[in-house]
Amino acid sequence: MERIPILKLHDLLLVTIQVDMHDRLAMTLQDDLMHQIRRTRARGVLIDISALDLVDSFIGRLIGEIASMARVMDAETVLVGMQPAVAITLVELGLSLGGVRTALNVERGMQLLREGSPEEEASGHASIDH
Amino acid sequence: MSVQSLPLAGVAATIIKEHGDELLDEWMASLAEVADLAQAGPKARPDAAEFLRLLVAGLAESAQIDLQGTEWRAMREFLVELSNRQAEWGFSPVDTAEFLMALKRPLASLMQRVGGSDGRWLESWQQVNQVIDRWALYTMEVVQANREATIRRQQQEMLELSTPVIQLWDGITAVPLIGTLDSERTQTVMESLLTSIVENHAEIAIIDITGVPTVDTLVAQHLLKTVAAARLMGAECIISGVRPTIAQTIVHLGIDIGSVATKASLADALKLAFRRRGCKVESCNQ
Repeated sequence: MERIPILKLHDLLLVTIQVDMHDRLAMTLQDDLMHQIRRTRARGVLIDISALDLVDSFIGRLIGEIASMARVMDAETVLVGMQPAVAITLVELGLSLGGVRTALNVERGMQLLREGSPEEEASGHASIDH
Repeated sequence: MSVQSLPLAGVAATIIKEHGDELLDEWMASLAEVADLAQAGPKARPDAAEFLRLLVAGLAESAQIDLQGTEWRAMREFLVELSNRQAEWGFSPVDTAEFLMALKRPLASLMQRVGGSDGRWLESWQQVNQVIDRWALYTMEVVQANREATIRRQQQEMLELSTPVIQLWDGITAVPLIGTLDSERTQTVMESLLTSIVENHAEIAIIDITGVPTVDTLVAQHLLKTVAAARLMGAECIISGVRPTIAQTIVHLGIDIGSVATKASLADALKLAFRRRGCKVESCNQ
C-alpha cells in the first residue's frame, strides 16, 4: 500500500507530501505519524506541503486534526511551504487552521521549532480566528 | 435585428440617384434648422453625399433591411468612422442620429414631387424611411459600444493599478490598498500578495489601508481572509494606516479583528516588522 515517508531528524519528524493526497492516504499518514511520534518521542513535526497544489475540505480538516493530535502528544506541528492557491482555497472553505503554526519553507520551520516552546504572542504567530 | 423585405426600395433608390444634388442641398438646408447641427454646415456635406451614395448602393443591392448583410458592409464602416469623427467634433450621439434623420423630410417632399404620378412613392418612401431610422440607431449603438469598451478598459486598468505589491526590505513586503475593497479586488490583492510572499520569501506582509475610504463588516472580512491566507503560507500580516474614523467604525460595528497586529501608520508597521526580523535602524549622527 502507498505510504507517505516520515523522516526522523534528531528530535523532529519531517513529512514531505509529494503525491496527490487522497483521503485514504491522508488517514494512513495520520495513523503513521502518531505512532512515529510515540516511538521516536519527537518534539516537533514538520509537514512540507510545497508540492501540494490541490486541497479539499477533508484534507484541510485532517491537517488541522494532525496538529491538534500531535499537540496532545506534546509535539509541535509546523506546516511549511503552502502554495498561494491552496491558502486561498482553505480560507474560502473557512478552514484557517487557527491552531497550526506555519512557515515559508522547511528551513524557517525548523528554526521555529528549534526556538522551542511556542511563545505565540511574542513571536507574532498568533492564531487568527474569525 | 430582424430582416424585413423592402420590395419597393428600388423606386426610391432611383429617385435619389437621379436627383442626388438637389436632395443634398435640401438636406443641408434642413440641417440649418436644427440648432445643434447648424454649426456642422459645410463640414457635413461630404459625409452627407457619401451617405446618400452608400444608401443608393445598398438599396440597389439589397431588398431587405439586414444591417449585418454583406451589401451594407461599406455603410457600416462609413458610419462607424462618421460617429467617431462627429464625437470628436463634440457632437452627442443624438446629434449624429438627428443628422441622418434630417434627410427624411426633404426626401419625402422630393419623392412626392418627382414620383407623385407613380402611386407607389408613399410606400417606397416608408420603406426607405425605415432603413434611415435603423442606420440612425446604428450610429447610437456605435458610440455606446465605444464608451462601454473604454469603461471596461479603464476598470481593468484600475484593478491592476490599484494593487501593487512593494518589497520594502528582505523578507518584508507591503500592499498599499487604495479604494473600496470588493470581492473581486480582494481576490486580486490576495493573489498578488501571496505570489509576492513566495517570490520574495517574505515573512512579514504589511497591508496598508490608508487609501481605503471606509471599512465595513464586508471589507473587514475580506481583509481578515487575506491575513488568514498569508498566515497559512507562513507569513504574518500587519495592517497599517488605520485612521481614527476607521478605528471608530470597526469598534462600533463590533468587528473582531482578532489578534492581527494593527498600526496607525506605515512607519510604525515597518518599525514593528524590523523588530520582528531582528533588524535595527540607528541614526549615524552621534
